[in-house]
Amino acid sequence: MKLKKTGISRRNFLKGLGVGSAAALLPSVAPSVVSAATSDSEELMTLLDISKCTGCGECVQGCSDVNETKYPDPIKPYPEMYPASRAKPEDWTDKRDVDDRLTPYNWLYIQTAEVEYNGESYEINIPRRCLHCQNPPCANLCPWGAAAKQKNGIVRIFENVCLGGAKCRAVCPWHIPQRQTGVGLYLRLLPKFAGNGVMYKCDRCYNRINEGKLPACVEVCPESVQTIGPRSEILAKAHELVKKNGWFIYGEDENGGTNTVYVSPVPFDILNGAVEKGAGKPGLQAVADSMADEEKLATAIAIAPFAGIAAGIIKVGRYLSSSKKENDNE
Amino acid sequence: MSNIYFARFFKIIVFFMALTGVAQMPIFKRYYISDLPGLGWLADFYLTNKIHYALAAVLIFMVMYLATEYILTKRNSMKLSRCGVVRAALFALIIFTGVFRVIKNLPYVTMDPFTVMMIDWTHLVFAMLLGIVALMALIRGKSSYFEEGGNILKGKSY
Repeated sequence: MKLKKTGISRRNFLKGLGVGSAAALLPSVAPSVVSAATSDSEELMTLLDISKCTGCGECVQGCSDVNETKYPDPIKPYPEMYPASRAKPEDWTDKRDVDDRLTPYNWLYIQTAEVEYNGESYEINIPRRCLHCQNPPCANLCPWGAAAKQKNGIVRIFENVCLGGAKCRAVCPWHIPQRQTGVGLYLRLLPKFAGNGVMYKCDRCYNRINEGKLPACVEVCPESVQTIGPRSEILAKAHELVKKNGWFIYGEDENGGTNTVYVSPVPFDILNGAVEKGAGKPGLQAVADSMADEEKLATAIAIAPFAGIAAGIIKVGRYLSSSKKENDNE
Repeated sequence: MSNIYFARFFKIIVFFMALTGVAQMPIFKRYYISDLPGLGWLADFYLTNKIHYALAAVLIFMVMYLATEYILTKRNSMKLSRCGVVRAALFALIIFTGVFRVIKNLPYVTMDPFTVMMIDWTHLVFAMLLGIVALMALIRGKSSYFEEGGNILKGKSY
C-alpha cells in the first residue's frame, strides 16, 4: 500500500487485510500459468541454469518494470525516531537506480563470478533474489504476521502490515529483505518509538502468477535461464541437468529446502568465494536448516500436555491412596 | 516438589516466557537493553525463540498438571476467584494460540497468510492482557487464584 496515494487509515488497513485474506483463499496458481506443468497441489519452484546466463540484465529491468507499482513512495521528512543512534532511517528514495545489489527498489540483481575450475576459466552470472524457502524463517519468526508463505510456495511480506523492524532480514540466512523508512503502518502507530518502515523483497510476481502469467524475470529472459513449475518436476529437471553434465546444485537443501534451485558447471563453494558479498549482496554458502531446532522442540511441546495430565493423575492417585490409608487407620 | 517451590518455579517460567516473548520483537537491541552485561542473548532471535519453545513445553506440562489435579480433586471444594478465572482463561488462550504458532512453523504446514497474522496478533494481545491483569491483581493484593482458603500457586494447604 502506498502511503502517498491512499494513506493508511484504519479503514484502509482493515480493507487491506480483507483483501489479503480473500487473496489467500484463491487457488494458489491459476491453471493457465504458461509452464504447462503447474498445479495447485504443489509448491512452485524455479530452476536457474546459470550456465546460460549472460548477465544481460533483462531480468533486472523486467522485474523493475513489472513491480514498480509495488515500490515504496514515502513522504519526506520522515518522523524522527528514538533512540536516533540505533533507529536509523534507511532511505533508498534517492538511490532508486541502484542495480548492483538488493534494495527496496531492486528485488533482483546479477552477481558475477570469474573463476577457474578443472583448468577452465568461467564467467558465471547469477541472478539473485529471494529464494522462497520452504520453511521460511522470515515468515516463521515475524512477531507480527507480516510475512507468510502462500500455499503455492511464494513467500511474501505484506507491506500494509509490516512495521519494518527488519527481523526478517536478520533471521534470513541470506539477509535478503531490504528496508525503506518513512512508509507503512508504523507511521500510524508509534513512529518515534517502534518500527522503521517496510521490508521489501521479491514476491515472485504473485499477482502475475494468480493471473496465469509468468514472473517477469522468467518471461523476459532471452536465454531462458529460468524455468518455473511444480517442485517435483523442476527438481527432476535440475537433477537431470546435474547428472547429465556433472554439474552442481544449490537451493534444494539450503535452509531446509528452498523453492529456487541453481544449477552450475562450477561448484557453489567456488562461486561463493568469487562473488562480492555484503549488505544486499547474498552469498552462495551452504546453509543449514535454520528452524531445525524448533522442529525438535515442537515435539517436546506436543508431548508436554499429555505428560502433565499423566503427572496430575499420578499425584491425585497418591493423594487418594494416602487419604484412604489415613481413614483406614482412624 | 512442594507447592511453594512449584509456585516459585511456575513464576520463574512465566517471567522468562514473557521476556523471551517480548524479545521476539526487535526492540532490545534498539533500546540498548541487550548491551547491558549478561543480556546480549536477548538480541539473538533464534536463541530466544528456542528458549521460548523449551519453556513453553515446561509451562504446558505444569498447567496441565495443575488443571488435572484441580479438576479431579478440588473442583468442588475450591472456587476460582474472578481474577483467577480471567488469568486462567488468558493462560489457556495464550497456550492455545502459542501451540498454533508452533504448528504453523513446522516445515510441512502452510496456513494462509491471514490465519498466520491472526494467530500472531491474538498470541501477542492475550500475553499483553495477562501481563496487565497480573499486574492489577498484584497491585490490588488479589493475586490468589481462589476465592478463599488455599492457593494452588501459593503453596498453602488445599
